[in-house]
Amino acid sequence: MAKKINTNSESYLKMYSQMVKIRSFEDQANQLYLDAKMPGLTHMYSGEEAVAVGICEALTVKDKITSTHRGHGHCVAKGAELKQMFCELLGKEEGYCRGKGGSMHIADQSNGNLGANAIVGGSMGIATGSALRAKLNGDSDVTVCFFGDGATAQGLLYEVMNMAALWNLPVIYACENNGYSEYTATDEIAAGDILDRARAFGIEAHKVDGQDVLAVNKLATDLVARARKGEGPFFIELITYRYHGHHVGDINRTYYRSKEEEEDWKKNKDPIKILGDWLVSEKIASDDELQIIRDDIAAEAHVAVQYALEASYPNSNEVDMHVYMETT
Amino acid sequence: MRLITLSQAVNEAIAEEMRLDSSVFLIGEDVAEAGTPFKITSGLVEEFGTERVIDTPISEPGFMGLAVGAAMTGSRPIVDIMFGDFLFLIMDQLCNQAAKAHYMSGGKLNVPLVVRTNLGATRRSAAQHSQSLHALVSHIPGLKVAMPSSAYEAKGLLKTAIRDDNPVVIFEDKLMYQDKADVPEDEYLIPFGEAAVLQEGNQVTLIGTSSMRQVCEEAALILSDEKISVEIIDPRTLVPLDEKTILNSAKKTGRVIVVDEGHQNFGVTAEIASRISEKAFYYLDAPVIRMGAMDVPVPFSPVLEDLTVPTAEKVASNARKIVAGELVHEL
Ligand SMILES: Cc1ncc(C[n+]2csc(CCOP(=O)(O)OP(=O)(O)O)c2C)c(N)n1
Ligand SMILES: [Mg+2]
Repeated sequence: MAKKINTNSESYLKMYSQMVKIRSFEDQANQLYLDAKMPGLTHMYSGEEAVAVGICEALTVKDKITSTHRGHGHCVAKGAELKQMFCELLGKEEGYCRGKGGSMHIADQSNGNLGANAIVGGSMGIATGSALRAKLNGDSDVTVCFFGDGATAQGLLYEVMNMAALWNLPVIYACENNGYSEYTATDEIAAGDILDRARAFGIEAHKVDGQDVLAVNKLATDLVARARKGEGPFFIELITYRYHGHHVGDINRTYYRSKEEEEDWKKNKDPIKILGDWLVSEKIASDDELQIIRDDIAAEAHVAVQYALEASYPNSNEVDMHVYMETT
Repeated sequence: MRLITLSQAVNEAIAEEMRLDSSVFLIGEDVAEAGTPFKITSGLVEEFGTERVIDTPISEPGFMGLAVGAAMTGSRPIVDIMFGDFLFLIMDQLCNQAAKAHYMSGGKLNVPLVVRTNLGATRRSAAQHSQSLHALVSHIPGLKVAMPSSAYEAKGLLKTAIRDDNPVVIFEDKLMYQDKADVPEDEYLIPFGEAAVLQEGNQVTLIGTSSMRQVCEEAALILSDEKISVEIIDPRTLVPLDEKTILNSAKKTGRVIVVDEGHQNFGVTAEIASRISEKAFYYLDAPVIRMGAMDVPVPFSPVLEDLTVPTAEKVASNARKIVAGELVHEL
């Protein structure tokens, strides 16, 4: 665990709550799938909470992120409300994308989330372009581009990293290395060291334990501050793990990943447990207080799901609305 | 005959061709042990090994490019593009390279490869996993395009595609992978450019590609109760297109509805309708009606998504109108 960082108890507890919020959201989403109440499939973020929370807690509302198919965690971490998120998951009118996006495109745009992308690597250009705009306009915001280890295979990453490095853009590439790309171990499809790829462009690259939210937050806080000063771009590889299958339907998965490995991560490297233990040992919170936080958030998630289940679907006349922006 | 799923039919076609021709190999994401997310290629890696059933990184333009080069120099790659939507990532290699090599080399090079991919909405997968992009590649000279409408066609067309000396893109309907059809035990091929007349009739022709064949068949059932005589045609390949069968039917019935799951604007329905209008105009009793997918990105919400695709009820309703001499579109 990282040494106590330059922040206060409140922000540690906020990180704890945010991670619990993501976990509760995912538990409910998984249940919606199992109960056949959710249309389509969804990719769970459970296990990776410290990545999104550690980074997003280093950002302001004005800072931007781009998200992925596994995007619920980024969305919560960047400040979204559970009600509108569940509404989106169920295709309801009150969802963040009015039900048009669903799980793979869920994003709270008002908090600087430029969208979750169902094309692996599809947001790398968008994130870098957002950083280009910031530089051109003299805006002080930083953009974080979340993507998986599998996405490092997309050539687009290398085109945009080259330009970001040439032009010192305020973008941080955050590679969530959960060890797998769908049903294949990353070792089998990624040659060399991922960090070296960024370094080839002269980009400062760091590896961090993605289960240790304080370590992630400390590194992100430092890099964000430096990116704001024009010292970007940066690259971070966050070592993490997804607890569920690739998506909720990926149940029989022992052919590519052992049960023992899954159990080991859940038992020994759980980001919520790691921070919780630290909060208790540092006497920032007691076990009982943490239990109350978890219970309250679980209750909040439950209420949000019930709300979304009752909420109405979009009106049919919305189907051809938003294809083009109406210019007045 | 025996009933097998479309998924099994595809698997058999690949396995049979790989046994016959050692230059055939399969390449794509999670095609080996995982057998693709749709479990279509399961078992192939066990039989043919990882040298011929190749798992790739998520680098579509890259492995598509490898396939073009391998095909140009003697291999016959089958490229698995997991979702039809990812065609946009391989466009340069497919359309600028594979499609044009034979022509640009004055006939000296050729690129015998198959891109296997899929189409089809209503799987609640939103705008980047639900598109039907076959019109896009049909527009490019040098590419052939096949559209199987059942397990039977899927096997016969894929085997023909693998033996073809040109680049072929074959679109499977991802909602039909578990649908079963009669498929012969013995080997068979379905030639390109030969449409299937699935039902003969004389009042109205329904032309349905891929997934829309079922929609046309359901519409025909509805209409048979009303004593409307329907002819159903499945073109099976868009390039080459069996114009003769289509025009003969149009001349016979004088009324045609073309149904396809791609976007309607500038799409397959437009192409077929205009060929009929140009070449069979004086036989027509009504304008040729196009029914494609609504011209919107595919929405996630089920209540919206279901509005975007042609349905049997809508096809039947349009057929009813043109048979009765009513207008489908106001003048
Ligand atoms: C361009 C593209 N190719 C393939 C896919 C199918 N696909 C969805 S997620 C995924 C694996 C992504 O792995 P990674 O980037 O490591 O993210 P993770 O799922 O592990 O979070 C694949 C291959 C896709 N959505 N887009
Ligand atoms: Mg991964």
